[in-house]
Amino acid sequence: MTWDWEYTGQFLPDMLSGLRITVVATLVGYALALVLGLVWTLLRRSPSRIVSQITRWVMEFIRSTPLLVQLFFIFYVFPEFGLTLGPLSAGILGLGIHYSTYTAEVYRAGIADVPRGQWEACTALNLPKRRVWQDVVLPQAVRKVIPTLGNYLIAMFKDSPLLFGITVLELLGVAYQEGARSFKTLEPLTTIAVLFIVVSIVSSIAVRRLERRYATY
Amino acid sequence: MPPTDTTPETPTPEEPPLVKDAGEVPARSNGGQAPGIHFEKVVKRFGDNVVLRELDFHVSPGEHVTLIGPSGSGKTTILRLLMTLERLDGGVIRIGDEPLWHMRKGGALVPANERHLHEMRKQVGMVFQQFNLFPNMNVLRNLTEAPMHVLGLSKDAAAERAHRLLDLVGLGDKANAHPTQLSGGQQQRVAIARALAMEPKVLLLDEVTSALDPELVVGVQDLLRDIARTSDLTILCVTHEMGFARDISDRVLMFDQGQIVEEGPPEQIFGEPSEQRTRDFLQAVLAS
Repeated sequence: MTWDWEYTGQFLPDMLSGLRITVVATLVGYALALVLGLVWTLLRRSPSRIVSQITRWVMEFIRSTPLLVQLFFIFYVFPEFGLTLGPLSAGILGLGIHYSTYTAEVYRAGIADVPRGQWEACTALNLPKRRVWQDVVLPQAVRKVIPTLGNYLIAMFKDSPLLFGITVLELLGVAYQEGARSFKTLEPLTTIAVLFIVVSIVSSIAVRRLERRYATY
Repeated sequence: MPPTDTTPETPTPEEPPLVKDAGEVPARSNGGQAPGIHFEKVVKRFGDNVVLRELDFHVSPGEHVTLIGPSGSGKTTILRLLMTLERLDGGVIRIGDEPLWHMRKGGALVPANERHLHEMRKQVGMVFQQFNLFPNMNVLRNLTEAPMHVLGLSKDAAAERAHRLLDLVGLGDKANAHPTQLSGGQQQRVAIARALAMEPKVLLLDEVTSALDPELVVGVQDLLRDIARTSDLTILCVTHEMGFARDISDRVLMFDQGQIVEEGPPEQIFGEPSEQRTRDFLQAVLAS
């Protein structure tokens, strides 16, 4: 078996557009995970036991079920309840919700890491709750967990091929279609592996940079 | 990384003294007389450990009282109860005539709600052993954050007040620095300025020089001495620095196991203590 460069050149444009879908799904899903994770964290800390316990179990449920099952559920079952989403929207929603339970855990750890003295200074200064969170606790907590959050971005990127399961023509989808059309699998599948590696390495470097930048005040 | 010191810790002789005109001290500008503090049968437990057992004492308006005593004797707990950092388990604490941890309801005292605590806390400021500056904000914002969002000052008014206080503590040129760029002594001065920016009537000083390198202690103590001398704040101070306690206090309370063993003017407590436990404690502190 020899590598066919000409053939690779033929499908590469399609593959790059698949990569675009992958990147879009990852980035939008990640933004959703960052915001929703914060909501979980705050709900988890609610003074109401009912709210915090329900949140805890919902998070536990989402984390303990496979992402692919969740994607199928959103794409195939939600329409039965009147919520029909396109494949890409469903995929983004699935990725975002699934990973939000992980980012929530990261935020929780970051918040726990904010020294008690910071909370006490807030009390001594009589700062209202909103200011305590917005101006003191979250900026410090998030800064500490930027590297961990960045790692979840990369993990999420690597999970994005699952979206092919709900018919999104992302990178893997394009490669699979190409393979099915030409009965050649070596070039398409190797190419996506290379593309994944390239994007992952670039992201890792970016995350390290962020880490260094935010390591000290 | 150890903080680097870029300015002298104590003002050079050419510089004006920190507090020249008593009118500049913020505590004066809040008008009203500083309130007294009353502890009535105050109980505080941590688990099974009773730290304060029906403690009674009071501090007169504008009085400067230092609490001394061995570790675990409950001194810091008293300050933390006043700052509402610890919950009260029994008894009543009053600031002025108002109960701190209770509200009046139909002639009876009921546990305070958050709004009441918020109102009461406005009278009290605290300086911590570990400074507790906000590392994500520069010095100026550390000083303006609460005046803007708690007292409702405009940005300009809060900044003006902050600059005035930074001049007072000798750090007028550090407004844009971040806390991590300052030495411990400088951080503690910023923390003092931050507490004063809220114009409290009661100032709590919790071992404010314990975390400082020895050469930085004097500058902070001098500053506090000046503030104590020229303001009418009611001050409660916990310290292991007996010289500082002697200078700053109108009265010294010696604590052991949550009880006042002995009290009196500093000359008496440090000169001729009448209780053996006081003598033992002072000896131990001076020996260290």
